[in-house]
Amino acid sequence: MAIPSSTRFLRKVRKFVVRHAIAAELPEKAVEHVKMCVDEACTNVIEHAYEGEAGHKVDIAIIIDASCFTVRIRDHGRPFDRSTYSEPDLVQLTKAGKSGGLGVHIIQRLMDHVEYQTQGRINEIRLTKYRRASDVSIG
Amino acid sequence: MGNFSVGFNLRDTVQVLSLKGELDAHTASELEAAIQKCKDDRQYRIIVNGAHLHYISSAGLGVFMAFIEEIRNEGGDIKIAALQPKVFNVFDLLGFPLLFNIVDTEDEAVCLFEEQN
Repeated sequence: MAIPSSTRFLRKVRKFVVRHAIAAELPEKAVEHVKMCVDEACTNVIEHAYEGEAGHKVDIAIIIDASCFTVRIRDHGRPFDRSTYSEPDLVQLTKAGKSGGLGVHIIQRLMDHVEYQTQGRINEIRLTKYRRASDVSIG
Repeated sequence: MGNFSVGFNLRDTVQVLSLKGELDAHTASELEAAIQKCKDDRQYRIIVNGAHLHYISSAGLGVFMAFIEEIRNEGGDIKIAALQPKVFNVFDLLGFPLLFNIVDTEDEAVCLFEEQN
């Protein structure tokens, strides 16, 4: 599916992902994790890659194979620079009255595998949950 | 923003905000506006009741982080009550129980404010 770069479509994305995760028979907890991480990733694209600007597109595709449930999110905005990312310190953030920086942390914590890449003007993040518990140790 | 709403209810000197629906980057501004209204009314003792909150993303959590220091500097607090387990898990994942009182019921949260009197 593709959505315009507005947070108003996040709910639609969550519904789309949940529908496919359930159909792929992911456990309930994994469905919740995927839903949340896709929301966080799309929010980051809308608010950071596209800097809150309307009129762009976010592509969301679901790739399922025997062992993995993967959500691939693509945009044409500013690439995410992982070198600027550090684990958020909740105490420091609240003292500063700041509220950002938690989305990437949630994604790293909840997904089994996360891959970022930029090719040409296309940025891509792949969020993967292993479909069988025994596959988790591989990651 | 039909999928999120905030109800206001005053219990003695404590302002209860009852959240309903899904709190994400789109609807977080409604919670922001609700807490801002409390501030404007100089109502710094706030309970957030999450009994009917079905989903929260980091944008929703960020609203608590943005306001808490200021509310505490005014002698108040934001206490969080009655979260559904899957919503509590998100608060827990990010370490919120270290910084916020998160209790099972609204009454417990009221008691915590009374104990602070």
